[in-house]
Amino acid sequence: MSSKRPSKRAFASGSLAPQRTVGGETGAEAASLTAEQKLDIWQWLQKNRMVEERLGLLYRTGKVVGGLYTSLGQEGISVGTAYALEPQDWVGPLIRNLGVMLVRGVRPREAFTQYCARATSPTGGRDGNTHFGNPEKRIVAPISHLGAVIPVMAGIALAAKKRGENAVCVTWIGDGGTSTGDFHEGLNLAAVLDLPLVLVVENNGYAYSTPTRMQTRPEDLVAKADGYGLPAEIVDGNDVLAVYDAMRRATTRVRDGGGPVMLEMKTFRMKGHAEHDDAKYVPPELFEEWRRRDPLVLYDRVLEEEGILTRAERDRRVAELKAEIDADAEFAVASPTPDPRFAFGRVYADDGGPGPLPGPAWGPAGATRLGRGLPGGDRHDVRDPRGGNA
Amino acid sequence: MAAGTTYIEAIREAMAEEMRRDDSVLVIGEDVGTYGGAFRATAGFLEEFGPERVIDTPISESGIVGMSVGAAMNGLRPIAEMQFIDFLSNAFNQVVNMAAKLRYRQNIGVPIVVRGPCGGGVHGGPYHSQNVESHYLSTPGLKIVEPATARDAKGLMKAAIRDPDPVLFFEHKFLYRRIKEDLPDEDWVVPIGKAATAREGEDLTVVTFGACVHHALEAADRLDHEGLSVEVIDLRTLLPLDREALHATAKKTSKVIVYHEATRTGGIGAEISAILAEECFEWLDGPVLRVTAPDTPVPYAPPLEAAFLPGPEDLIDAARYLAGY
Repeated sequence: MSSKRPSKRAFASGSLAPQRTVGGETGAEAASLTAEQKLDIWQWLQKNRMVEERLGLLYRTGKVVGGLYTSLGQEGISVGTAYALEPQDWVGPLIRNLGVMLVRGVRPREAFTQYCARATSPTGGRDGNTHFGNPEKRIVAPISHLGAVIPVMAGIALAAKKRGENAVCVTWIGDGGTSTGDFHEGLNLAAVLDLPLVLVVENNGYAYSTPTRMQTRPEDLVAKADGYGLPAEIVDGNDVLAVYDAMRRATTRVRDGGGPVMLEMKTFRMKGHAEHDDAKYVPPELFEEWRRRDPLVLYDRVLEEEGILTRAERDRRVAELKAEIDADAEFAVASPTPDPRFAFGRVYADDGGPGPLPGPAWGPAGATRLGRGLPGGDRHDVRDPRGGNA
Repeated sequence: MAAGTTYIEAIREAMAEEMRRDDSVLVIGEDVGTYGGAFRATAGFLEEFGPERVIDTPISESGIVGMSVGAAMNGLRPIAEMQFIDFLSNAFNQVVNMAAKLRYRQNIGVPIVVRGPCGGGVHGGPYHSQNVESHYLSTPGLKIVEPATARDAKGLMKAAIRDPDPVLFFEHKFLYRRIKEDLPDEDWVVPIGKAATAREGEDLTVVTFGACVHHALEAADRLDHEGLSVEVIDLRTLLPLDREALHATAKKTSKVIVYHEATRTGGIGAEISAILAEECFEWLDGPVLRVTAPDTPVPYAPPLEAAFLPGPEDLIDAARYLAGY
């Protein structure tokens, strides 16, 4: 690869000196946001939470198929990072990044129909929850295997770089996901090939029931970036403006050919791993401490202090969002479940597409069509025409 | 007419011609650039196509396949090299859960080829000799090919590169430089999903692929002297299997041996036997036999490996037995 590579580093104390900033002047990007943009960010934060609250209601009324994974307390990360991107950029969100998808143009009804496994969902019921992408919106869907999207995003970045698109590719991972092999392989590949990738690590304290200290020995996950020679920065993940600011500076560096970077967002998962999980393993005082740092409440305070959002305007906007979200949730609930035939076909491009029922689960392929082996079916019609050989 | 082209040269020519034809084709792997590949499959590529299309990577099989999937989702057609196909196990998740399922989940095509040398007979030991097709056979969304001739190696590689879905391309390393064929100059592809009749016969059929095709042809020659006419079907594509070819040969000879170099339990021979039992029961005159390696890892020392590999002698014994029905 021809582009600039981080040059020889000075050795300090016998190890590579870590770069604990992604560059730029801290706070400058956030300071240049207009009041309108700040309201936009507010809107996305609200939408992120309200859609997930509505999903919670659907879950409790038995409409959701399978588990529900939300980002309560982490919305500032999804919104702040996604809002910092340009249209040509690619995103590979994780299960808790519905906010990223919303900012990139996904409609709430897409999430509702996915979680409710309806025929109208983006995958038509073939996959669930946030496991849906959108090539036009440049969204790559996650799979359940953590870390697997990181090398995939490196590949997206490789292609974008080859075409000179000036696109930044971003993917998100949790503290638990940083323990996987694909985290290492993907980040290392992006580093040595100098690919335009931003890795956002959401350190939310727990991977299911396992605390971060049981995933990684150093307290700060940016230590892992040091190992790949990447600049990294620790960010207050509950301060959406700090998140936006760091992300703008990170993408500027990457867009300028500076190679991949990592951002570590310090935050906290305010629920269990999924809706079924009561998170009894989390000390209650941790929830108490982080509840006071709710990213939406903190941001409301900022906008109030800056006089950008009055109480009355806030109420009006919330009501408007609620109407849209309710309508989309109702659309999902009213949508039909998929036709069983949609389970089949479109496994390959050239298999004729979805729809046709395959043969029965027993016996020869096409047995029903031929009537072979069925009561009353004519066995002779498929016998060897030579005779005597069967 | 390209005179005397080896199996590995055929693969190299196919990749080079496709890279000249289509700028979106690129190769990604360990030592594929400066070194030209551990088996020289990409020799000269870095000079001709440059470092943006011939990408040397760290030792990261999962990363290589994952990155290829991403590049394919973003408009490229990567060929990912596994230095030995044994190492594909390191990329298992990317193959079966990422590449193979995107079409089904979202109608997103992943036109990647993952290629590499498989097979024994060269004293590679447990980690440089395996035939891994059965690890991937039960993954819908994948295509698997393994050519037995230089002609098919070239034509199938072109088909694999042009295919809109992920293709695992297994190259039997025993054949790399042992076979040579005169290949025509024109551009041609061998369609994925079609078996070939390597030898016509009347009395019984050997269904096989890869290096075993050559052992089967040798056995068929020798059995011919005993008055036994043996048909040899070269599957060429292992997924999806060419059921029509299996039906046709079962109808024709009524006796089938499935012959493969991989181990026995859960091997592709079991699947083919099941297809024949379910779909061709009325035409069969004897049991479908399997001639395979035993259920052990591939041993290293030449006498151990020779004892492990199923060869023409084993096939001849099986054919004589089956002919008795």
